[in-house]
Amino acid sequence: MIDVVHIVLFTFLAVIAIAIIRLRDLFAAVMLMGIFSLLSASLFTVMDAVDVAFTEAAVGAGISTILMLATLSLTTSKESTLYQRPQPLALIAVVLTGAALVFATFDMPRYGDPAAPIHHHVADHYIEDTDAEIGVPNMVTAILASYRGYDTWGETTVIFTACVGVLLLLGGGRTYYRWRHRDDPAAESDGP
Amino acid sequence: MIRHVILRALSKLLIPLIMLFALYVQFHGDYGPGGGFQAGVIFGAAIILYALMFGLETAQRVFPPRVLEFLVAFGVLLYGSVGIDTIFLGGNFLDYGVLAHDAVHGQHLGILLVELGVGITVAAVMATIFFLFAGRGRRDV
Repeated sequence: MIDVVHIVLFTFLAVIAIAIIRLRDLFAAVMLMGIFSLLSASLFTVMDAVDVAFTEAAVGAGISTILMLATLSLTTSKESTLYQRPQPLALIAVVLTGAALVFATFDMPRYGDPAAPIHHHVADHYIEDTDAEIGVPNMVTAILASYRGYDTWGETTVIFTACVGVLLLLGGGRTYYRWRHRDDPAAESDGP
Repeated sequence: MIRHVILRALSKLLIPLIMLFALYVQFHGDYGPGGGFQAGVIFGAAIILYALMFGLETAQRVFPPRVLEFLVAFGVLLYGSVGIDTIFLGGNFLDYGVLAHDAVHGQHLGILLVELGVGITVAAVMATIFFLFAGRGRRDV
């Protein structure tokens, strides 16, 4: 039964991915990408990865859709098409890479296989000792914030760095300037 | 700014609930799915919805860009200072066990503070990035 759900969801994902590639209307493409994220979130939920599903639904379907719509409102919502001659070399490279990736999946353990290597490195320790060492019922939080606290700190720093980058590129002190002079019509334009 | 009465009335009703849900996800992350990152994104989404409904200027009066920029750095610093604190208390970096008299209590406290730091940074970053994008083209969303 659960396999049927998996197959249906994966089919929808593939169909939507092809539709996104074919579409020239970027507005519709952004909407479809939101749906794609929501479907991925349902897929994660079916696979019992609720925390990941939560993140995917909030970030993929929510925030990134809004940010891409904001970008479209600054640029244009039509993809500019430029006809190019078919390039056989590019096609060969793509087919070869795809074939190599598919070939690599044959070596992967089956989904949910208890003998898979990933379940025998530190996972046993986490599952057995989290309750005694951390005492937090949600094991994912215990791993993210405590066992892997250093990684999570790195992730937070990445988000911080992204924000600094956007501030330097788009902000340039103008936002604050404009806000401070919001009642001053002379400062209507770009600021300092 | 959007003038549709139904949208405005509904969003007035929804924004406090979204913020409350973000706080629930933040502080219930130890017991259920969620945590600082998800909570920050949801809180940021509430701020963005407010900006979409009531205009960028109004939103920036409620959440001034200066304060948001301060919070962006404050969350990371909160996370890092918990780690430094554990070093001073005799543990390793981010080894929360030494934060309280009992190792498990220390872990609880450390996870709470660290997740709070992540939540503050993520919420402020999302709002800041949206304000920058939205404020670039027009004066009003």
